[in-house]
Amino acid sequence: MSDLIKLSAAELAGKLAAGEVSSVEATTAHLERIRAVDGEIHAFLHVNEAALEAAADIDRRRAAGEKLGPVAGVPLAIKDVLVTTDMPSTSGSRILEGYMSPFDATVVANARAAGLIPLGKTNMDEFAMGSSTEHSAYGPTHNPWHLDRVPGGSGGGSAAAVAAFEAPLALGSDTGGSIRQPAHMTGTVGVKPTYGGVSRYGAIALASSLDQVGPVTRTVLDAGLLHDVIAGHDVRDSTSLVEAWPSFADAAREGARGDVLKGLRVGVVRELPEAGFQPGVASSFRNALNKLEQLGAEIVEVSAPHFEHGVAAYYLILPAEASSNLAKFDSVRFGMRVDVPGGTVEDVMAATRDAGFGDEVKRRIILGTYALSAGYYDAYYGSAQKVRTLIQQDFDAAFSSVDVIATPTAPTTAFRLGEQLEDPLQMYLNDVATIPANLAGIPGISIPSGLAEEDGLPVGIQFLAPAREDARLYRVGAAMEAALVAEWGGPLWDRAPVLGGAR
Amino acid sequence: MAKAQLMDFDEALEMFEPVMGFEVHVELNTKTKMFSPAANPAALENHGAAPNTLVAPVDMGLPGAMPVVNEEAIRSSISLGLALGCSIAPSSRFARKNYFYPDLGKNYQISQFDEPIAFEGSVEIELSDGTIIQLPIERAHMEEDAGKLTHMGGSTGRIQGAEYSLVDYNRAGVPLVEIVTKPIYGGEHRSPEIAKAYVSTIRDIVRSLGISEARMELGNLRCDANVSLRPRGAEKLGTRTETKNVNSMRSVERAVKYEIQRQAAILASGGTITQETRHWHEDTGTTSPGRPKSDADDYRYFPEPDLLPVAPSIELIDSLRAALPEPPVARRRRLKIAWDFTDLDFQSVVNGGVLAEVEATIDAGASPAAARKWWTGEITRIANAENREPSELVSPSHIAQLQELIDEGTLNDKLARQVLEGLIAGEGTPQEIVDARGLAVVSDDGPLIAAIDEALQSQPDVLAKIRDGKVQAAGAVIGAVMKAMRGQADAARVRELVLERAAG
Amino acid sequence: MSEITPELVHHLGVLARIQLSADEVERLTDQLDAIVDNVAKVSQVATAEVPAMSHPIALQNVYRPDVPEAVLTPAQALQNAPDAAEGRFRVTAILGEEQ
Ligand SMILES: [Mg+2]
Ligand SMILES: [Zn+2]
Repeated sequence: MSDLIKLSAAELAGKLAAGEVSSVEATTAHLERIRAVDGEIHAFLHVNEAALEAAADIDRRRAAGEKLGPVAGVPLAIKDVLVTTDMPSTSGSRILEGYMSPFDATVVANARAAGLIPLGKTNMDEFAMGSSTEHSAYGPTHNPWHLDRVPGGSGGGSAAAVAAFEAPLALGSDTGGSIRQPAHMTGTVGVKPTYGGVSRYGAIALASSLDQVGPVTRTVLDAGLLHDVIAGHDVRDSTSLVEAWPSFADAAREGARGDVLKGLRVGVVRELPEAGFQPGVASSFRNALNKLEQLGAEIVEVSAPHFEHGVAAYYLILPAEASSNLAKFDSVRFGMRVDVPGGTVEDVMAATRDAGFGDEVKRRIILGTYALSAGYYDAYYGSAQKVRTLIQQDFDAAFSSVDVIATPTAPTTAFRLGEQLEDPLQMYLNDVATIPANLAGIPGISIPSGLAEEDGLPVGIQFLAPAREDARLYRVGAAMEAALVAEWGGPLWDRAPVLGGAR
Repeated sequence: MAKAQLMDFDEALEMFEPVMGFEVHVELNTKTKMFSPAANPAALENHGAAPNTLVAPVDMGLPGAMPVVNEEAIRSSISLGLALGCSIAPSSRFARKNYFYPDLGKNYQISQFDEPIAFEGSVEIELSDGTIIQLPIERAHMEEDAGKLTHMGGSTGRIQGAEYSLVDYNRAGVPLVEIVTKPIYGGEHRSPEIAKAYVSTIRDIVRSLGISEARMELGNLRCDANVSLRPRGAEKLGTRTETKNVNSMRSVERAVKYEIQRQAAILASGGTITQETRHWHEDTGTTSPGRPKSDADDYRYFPEPDLLPVAPSIELIDSLRAALPEPPVARRRRLKIAWDFTDLDFQSVVNGGVLAEVEATIDAGASPAAARKWWTGEITRIANAENREPSELVSPSHIAQLQELIDEGTLNDKLARQVLEGLIAGEGTPQEIVDARGLAVVSDDGPLIAAIDEALQSQPDVLAKIRDGKVQAAGAVIGAVMKAMRGQADAARVRELVLERAAG
Repeated sequence: MSEITPELVHHLGVLARIQLSADEVERLTDQLDAIVDNVAKVSQVATAEVPAMSHPIALQNVYRPDVPEAVLTPAQALQNAPDAAEGRFRVTAILGEEQ
């Protein structure tokens, strides 16, 4: 395996800028890696034929003396929830098989403008509904740490691609944890930005008031570099925030020096007790907190009494909004059409949606239709929207006494493929720690905190900050990362099993 | 379908009290759509665009597309709300109305539901005898139009029996304001006339605001008329029907009258009214049953998460209020004086529904008398014969140009009527039609003199009479000359020349 | 226990335009019943004085100027159409009327 694929995006960008490596070389190395290991991993739904052309173009422009951005020439994997003009966009669904968008998602356009090289589209739970990537219509993605295990979801493809060195950077989307929970399960870094911090235009909507696009990487600095590319106001997304953002890469560099932890007040949530987590997850979290304390941080218990209702509220709001967002898949303008001999257009629509959507999607559409229907709205959707207010108030109160909140990212390490497939309620609990941030609109980051002793699988620690304080997460995350990597004597992925033969 | 029984209108009114309500959809003429930067087909400059040429991703519900509100549509809606005497909500918001239909790209319509931008108003309307009444407005809210379906095969154009349908999304996302009245009581015999006057007033208001082309025949203004009857003395409202898409003012009047007569016949014979939408048939002047209300009408409204509240500042509302044009009734009073019309002449303009056209024609340079004559005369005659609205036939500026050609002597009345035919047929401007059809009055005396001399020679007895001073005999020669000139001569000039030539 | 019945699930399928088989209706009835039981508790904490939140970050008056932009070409508009004719999307016969 080429050493190029083991470089972080920041290191690779440095070599590209210095002319030590060309983008064509870097891109070739990643395409070869995909060819070598993706048969086992299945992180990609589509590999970009034109990646080398885009890389050659960057090399040409660099050779011509053009001033390029800091990550120009670095390869990027793109979650299939984001529409692209040059690759199919399916959101993991059969109903959109082969769909070609006439426009690029804003984040994709930004990535291209920054000189990032799209390697392909990554697998995901159908329409981002799921926590294991097993609900993809195109088959599951396997966890590079253990091929019998799920990579988390919905963005298991992006997380696995990064964890398996198929890409140094990936884009994900996070509606209830779909960036952070797969990061936790694959030993990678995932950031859900403040709601509105990154444009949603061109992200195939799941739940519009919860969805955020964000970076999926192996290091906090890399996440900051990618976040810098995609952040900012977009006139095409009305919910996009207008403020200028500080450089998140700079914040990560600043945090890596470590002094940010001195005097930092870190909240732990009383209502997320250790008992709710797998022992190895809980102990990894405890170890990380000890490390923070050693480095000068103060651990403070905070109360968030309404967290316990977060999952319930989430599983009303998400299906409700999704039932409406997914109504557009009706066989008229694009996507699958099932032939119903002699049938009316109503019959064709209903048959297409039955055949084109998987079980989990149908389950949530029916649930959401119920939650919005006359007579139930107030009790369900309306009440769930009130729970959001209560959770936001919990966060406001907590952040009046702490700078960040820390939680384990998810209750368990990567579970076995098929293990939770028949139990939707159990599956929904995977997001218990990540959902509150989506409900309240605040940013969150998950970084590796170690391996669980009982199964040797990765565990993530999540940090949450007040809305618009994404930079704080990069400072704290990078400091935590530096401390842990120092403790481990190298990055966590050095302990990952070998894939695809030689490495 | 069996023809519905109708009760005599006066008899129906003796037994029942009609209660009406209206929902009028106004298509705004902003440059772009409500939620996308696609050109708006309801703006004059985009009429007649080819199918699916005015569509942005969000209009088609493409994956990943998102709506963004058109600021001008907000301003137009506030202005309309103010003109309807409504309060403007300090904060209003959009909701999704969820239902599946092939003309609806997202399978939800973005509309305002529980928080409309304007509410609680009233509008003054004037009936044909000059009576002024107030109609209560419940709300005016913003929403988007749907695309257009064309049904093919079977009985062409009808949904029943069609084999397939074609969808054009150009109209999807056109900005709409829906104006909803409160129940209108006490209309009694005048209910049909009130209906017509109401729609006509809405049309006048949106035109004076300049926010819509307001051409009913193009669907810029669409009226749903709700009618119910209750027995005299009853408290409880009767079951209502909603007659959809009545697209001319005459039809609104006829449809309301028809529904009163139809419902009265059913109720009087012990039947019940079904709550349903009904379709208006312009050709037969009847309504037919459409979709009954059902529990499938569960629109699952919820606040549109992709859009944010609309919270206009007091300053914006005040500035739009200050810029409002005068209300239609006041405007009529002023115009009647300005144009120096008799009561009778002015009522003929108002009742003919051509006030705006007459005003526009005068603004374009014609005299008030000439403008009135055209619009209440020849144009209305043709409109009635063709069962269309005068405003659909021809534009005020063309009529003003036509009148100018008469005033300068290029056309006489007879030729002018031919030019009008050309205008209605869409042959171009009056001058273009005059040129193309070769209609101008012959102003060169040469050909006239030749024709006169020939006529005088062939009628020596007439010539003798004229020379004897019997000037009225000239009429026969004038007639022959006009005929020879195929009408394209100024009769007065011909007369002058005949007398001149006869005198030798 | 919640009020999810097979009839309700079938009706929801009609509203959501999904042709659910009898099997699917049965399976979904049980699953939804369990899920609804679990999520219904939100109405207990959501008392009248708590405002509902529709956007996590409050913004208002976000508008676009009324300026036309280049949009889809007809070819782009139709490029994914399952069926098209005469520059329009073609669908089989429509039974119901618009709303
Ligand atoms: Mg309506
Ligand atoms: Zn409407």
